[in-house]
Amino acid sequence: MTTKILDLPVVSYVLPGNRSCAGCGIGIALRQITAALEGRMVMTVPASCLTVLGGMFPIASVNVPWVNVAFPSTAAAASGIAAGLRATGRAEEMTVLAMAGDGGTGDIGIQALSGAAERNEDFIYLCYDNEAYMNTGTQRSGLTPAGARTTTTWSGKRENPKDLPRIMEAHGVPYVASTSAAFPADVYDKVAKARGITGLRYIHMNTPCPSGWGFDPKDTVRLGKLAVDTGLVVLYEVENGVFRLTGRSASLAKSGRPRVPVSEYLATQTRFRGMKPDVIEAVQAWVDERWARYVARDAGACD
Amino acid sequence: MSDQVSVMTGNEAAANAARLARVQVIAAYPITPQSPVVEQLAAWVESGELPAEFVAVESEHSAMTVCIGASTVGARTFTATSSNGLAYMTEQVWWAPGARLPIVMCVVNRAMAAPWNVLNDQQDSMSVRDAGWVQLFCRDNQEILDTTVQAYRIAERLHVPVMVCYDGFLLSHTMMPVAVPAPEQIDAFLPPFTEPFTVVDPGDPHNIGPVVMAEPRADETGATRGGYMEIRALHHRALLDALAVIPETDAEYASVVGRSWGGLTWEHLLDDAEVVLVAAGSLGTQLTVTAEQLRAEGVKAGVLGIRAYRPFPVEALRAKLAGRRLALVFDKALSYGYEGPICSDLRGAMLGADGAPAVFGAVCGLGGRDVSPEDLAEAARRALTDLDAGARTRETDWINLHLEG
Amino acid sequence: MSEISMSRPAVGEAGRTGDWRNNRPVMDAAKCLAVKQGRVTCQICWVYCPDGCIAQGVGPVIDLTYCKGCGICAEECPAGAIEMQPESIHGVCAVDETGEAAR
Repeated sequence: MTTKILDLPVVSYVLPGNRSCAGCGIGIALRQITAALEGRMVMTVPASCLTVLGGMFPIASVNVPWVNVAFPSTAAAASGIAAGLRATGRAEEMTVLAMAGDGGTGDIGIQALSGAAERNEDFIYLCYDNEAYMNTGTQRSGLTPAGARTTTTWSGKRENPKDLPRIMEAHGVPYVASTSAAFPADVYDKVAKARGITGLRYIHMNTPCPSGWGFDPKDTVRLGKLAVDTGLVVLYEVENGVFRLTGRSASLAKSGRPRVPVSEYLATQTRFRGMKPDVIEAVQAWVDERWARYVARDAGACD
Repeated sequence: MSDQVSVMTGNEAAANAARLARVQVIAAYPITPQSPVVEQLAAWVESGELPAEFVAVESEHSAMTVCIGASTVGARTFTATSSNGLAYMTEQVWWAPGARLPIVMCVVNRAMAAPWNVLNDQQDSMSVRDAGWVQLFCRDNQEILDTTVQAYRIAERLHVPVMVCYDGFLLSHTMMPVAVPAPEQIDAFLPPFTEPFTVVDPGDPHNIGPVVMAEPRADETGATRGGYMEIRALHHRALLDALAVIPETDAEYASVVGRSWGGLTWEHLLDDAEVVLVAAGSLGTQLTVTAEQLRAEGVKAGVLGIRAYRPFPVEALRAKLAGRRLALVFDKALSYGYEGPICSDLRGAMLGADGAPAVFGAVCGLGGRDVSPEDLAEAARRALTDLDAGARTRETDWINLHLEG
Repeated sequence: MSEISMSRPAVGEAGRTGDWRNNRPVMDAAKCLAVKQGRVTCQICWVYCPDGCIAQGVGPVIDLTYCKGCGICAEECPAGAIEMQPESIHGVCAVDETGEAAR
């Protein structure tokens, strides 16, 4: 069951006056991520938007231990921190949380992450997926959706994004989840559940980005929810190999009501401006095929 | 408690040192000729002989990163690599000293590709000399063991990482008698590491390694804190402090274990030498034979070995070389388009020094090219001929090079 | 001086981020569900504030010193109790305690 908003902890480890852009989805989620771990954590972060949110020396904006590391190295740094805490007898004091963006996770960081997952290192890895290299000025990543214009795909990216949670599932780690910053309670619940599991826990989090996607900052939550209603973003978890849809995606599947056409979602963001009808159709077909598989997996009809 | 003498390779000596230092986290990735170091450590961890975390990472980049993560939370860490492995971890080779983490890494010196070559030269560690590590070079397997243990004391006193460099195959795979100190001796020499700069504590949260502005900035209390340049200047100062700490550590080690290695430099037949042969690593050992041979020919030759390459021991070298006729530097590395790195550094150190000798450079042994004492003696004779002809500088002499045909 | 870059947490790392704001959230307490019911309920504006600038309450309190004016609270409020108003109508130039003009 999803925790109700009024039952979420009141404490906030994310401090006001930080350096994130107005309307940044990371802040919404990070409040719940840190709350779910009750601040008893050490997070490790590569070069990314999150570094900026974390603050410039000598003041920090998040009230938890935080270790900045080089771009490709997040999962290896978390492995080292976890090993160091075990070796010094402090592993019980805190959960190790690696948190990186889509480029830092799926592109430059995937080697270290794959290695850590294969070793089933004991930490939570949370990828905040804002679907491009936002901190460097919106260049395409391997997780940028087809059709999106970025500063390295001026006429729209041609390829669909790689399915990172499935790649992580293939490593056989004990917990894989997909969530969205527009659903803070879902984020909280998944991190809280992950906290109680030993081994590598991977959480993929869709994170709307007003400046990179081209929408008014007031719409961060609305568009994050809309993405789920189209089936472009699906909320689910895979616990010890058992798949289930969660939250809004579960109710969407159960209700049988039609999903919102992706064209409606694409029309809300300037990055998709000028997308050709055939490309939109291809994206819709891609989403439909994936949605059918998620629903079938939820019903236990396939792996 | 007396040492137990065993016959072992340089790699086994390094592994023994890590064991005696009671390292807590080991990260490793295979590369020739380093691999046997971590194979041995893995065996000891599995057997329970060494109570440490062994993280068998998927790359050298991650090997150094695991050490960075573990060292940040206060664990004593060890890794080892060679050649392309060191190059692959270069980003993190810079990160570790910038973050002031007392990591110790053995670099088993091997030629850089392309083309592939697994044999010895010193191009790998020379290529990262500017990253801010202490770099110590070893001349034999006993020195590998003793220096690797000393490296932890140096690293943890100064909060800088230390690279222990030794020649691939020539030392790493060559058996020599090595006296292994008793664990109690090393425990007396090397206390546990308890005072990292980093604070990782949920009760007292800190953000470690955030972006630093160019200019100083006020903290939450209003006190001014340094910018990037101040942090780097303090790092540099720590490296300069190593010029005192390295010899002190060597002396402390001698008082407990009974062996010392000269601190920053070492010498052979140097007292009245007019021609000084300079090198780092096992090449220095070979040069002792060469010096003796030259002396038999009437040339007053001696050897000055570089033990500490970074920090570069400028004052020690000036003092040792004052009044000599010639310093002939043998490099197993090259700054392409210029000359050997030790040669450049030494010439810079001698500039303006009282009684400075002429400094000539020679490059040898790249990719494991054989270097005999006779080759080295012949190079010394050529240098003397040039010097006698009035040369004060000279193009780099490539030893044992066969471009003709 | 510091040997390494290591920060301690504090509010306002990026300064008074309220200065970034073009539009100001203004709460109409009469419409707020929490106020109407006289208890801590709803709190949707609180949960969605990316900056943690809204304190739970009857009704919730917005910290205008740091609120960047993203407008998510107004967009998500189920009762339409929060309106984004141009800063200009609130007087462009406020003076802080140091006596310096803050935009």
